[in-house]
Amino acid sequence: MIEVHELTKRYGRKLAVNNLSFTVNPGQVTGFLGPNGAGKSTTLRMILGLHTPTSGSVTIDGRAFRSLPRGMRHVGALLDAGDVHGGRTARAHLRALARSNAIPSSRVEEVLREVGLADAANRRIGGFSLGMRQRLGIATALLGDPPVLLFDEPLNGLDPEGVYWVRGLFRRLAAEGRTVFVSSHLMSEMEHTAHQLIVLGRGELIAAESVAEFAARGTDRSVSVRTPDTAALAPLLTAAGASVEREPDGQLKVVGLNSDRIAEIAFEHRILLNELTNHTSSLEKAFMELTADSVEYLAGETK
Amino acid sequence: MTAPTTKKMTAVPNLPPLEPRARFADLFAAEWIKLWSLRSTPWAFAATVVAVLATTIAGAVGDSQNYTTYDAPHQEYFRMFGAVGDSFSSGAATMLILGVGAIGAITVLGEYTSGMIRTTFTAVPARRSVMAAKVAVVTVATTVFGVALVLVSYGVTQAILSGDHASAGLGHHGVIRMLVASSVLAPVSALVGMGLAAVIRHSVLTIVVTIALFFILPSLLDSQKHLTVSILHMTILQAWGRIGFEQSTTARFPWTVTGACLVLAIWGLVSLVLAIFTSNHRDQ
Repeated sequence: MIEVHELTKRYGRKLAVNNLSFTVNPGQVTGFLGPNGAGKSTTLRMILGLHTPTSGSVTIDGRAFRSLPRGMRHVGALLDAGDVHGGRTARAHLRALARSNAIPSSRVEEVLREVGLADAANRRIGGFSLGMRQRLGIATALLGDPPVLLFDEPLNGLDPEGVYWVRGLFRRLAAEGRTVFVSSHLMSEMEHTAHQLIVLGRGELIAAESVAEFAARGTDRSVSVRTPDTAALAPLLTAAGASVEREPDGQLKVVGLNSDRIAEIAFEHRILLNELTNHTSSLEKAFMELTADSVEYLAGETK
Repeated sequence: MTAPTTKKMTAVPNLPPLEPRARFADLFAAEWIKLWSLRSTPWAFAATVVAVLATTIAGAVGDSQNYTTYDAPHQEYFRMFGAVGDSFSSGAATMLILGVGAIGAITVLGEYTSGMIRTTFTAVPARRSVMAAKVAVVTVATTVFGVALVLVSYGVTQAILSGDHASAGLGHHGVIRMLVASSVLAPVSALVGMGLAAVIRHSVLTIVVTIALFFILPSLLDSQKHLTVSILHMTILQAWGRIGFEQSTTARFPWTVTGACLVLAIWGLVSLVLAIFTSNHRDQ
């Protein structure tokens, strides 16, 4: 369990993280979301004691990480896949880290196999693709078989197979009762991975809730209707209180009526429906709406 | 939401994990792996060997050629003092300081400039222990290296001079202290490299500062004034010369071997403290 308590970090005059409090529980994947520059990486670094908070505190299973003599059996972390020395082979990199924490070198071979780098183990990391480095970073995090795992943007650079694998891995780690905390600036990445969300904007907590609760925040809900008889259906729906838009492909986009009601109206008037699709507001939309006011670096921003 | 409704709590990771006691020996072994798993390490040592031996061998060959042209008193003077100096000249000492200093600096800079330091400190939150292990590994490696290189240099140069029966055996006056002084130069230089790197944390800047400190500054100092000579005496190269060899009886500003030893000790200790303790408070 990770407990963040009134955490604040200031770099000179810039407030990176402001009075942040949240808890990350074991047994589930918790997504850590926010636009670029929201303070996610700063927070993760403070959790790991790499950066010292200006005020506030962080504990992992009740203890400050910096107070531990060795870390790998407590917390596994992938902060930046680039935080490696390119001159070493993957195996030497992991062996050195394992040795520092008295982890047997047989475990190095295990994690290399687990992340699919067994064949590349004797190659120098400098020649690795970003995806391979992410895999190596995940291997590093798994090395100590820790109860708490932190990943900062782990899906960057991974191929679709890798993304699929990582999602499965995170869910499996959580199902084993571990605390899994994964940051991302893309909601779509979290949609299929996380159970809980911590959403950050400009260093402040915007939301801490389940994915379902978060999705319900979205205001934009609509139903797509495909019918050969749009001319007949559209006025009926409008009469029932919906706003109806004709899409370029001939479908109707209906807002204000749910799909059950639309089906009933069509049935009552003997109008054939070819397709009826619910569009609950996507997490992406909810995320964008929620963080719109707190985006640090907005494209096309006028000063 | 597809959260599993029944959670398998197999690992029970909320209990404190069964953990072996944290041992410094493990950190030492880890840093040892780190040092030798970089291809640049053996190359840097090899380059230092080549630079040092090229300097001393060239000197010995030159002296060996000149020796036969000397008159008898000059030959005796050379056998007395020159032969010992040939086995590790100040040029060789300069090469050793540069080479081993760079190796020391690289062990620290390699961590900071690559970002590896964050991975290292995440694995071992006890930062000072990590840096102490790094210092210990580099000190052991460079001490062994220094002793071996100095002995080889001594052996090769004296073998060259022995052709003229001008070599200085181990029992020869001043040989042992020269060997010791030159050997010690390696770990001291490595520590200085580590200390500077730990403070500066930037490759190019570290090189600039090192060269300025060791080579430019001494050349700017006046060797005729007491103040500037005192500063010169605080440099590693001068201290090495004072420990390794007798000072000239006509030296204007004589100083003691103890003083020179103190100079080397202070360089080494201050660097060691910087390398170990600067890691603790900065954000990584």
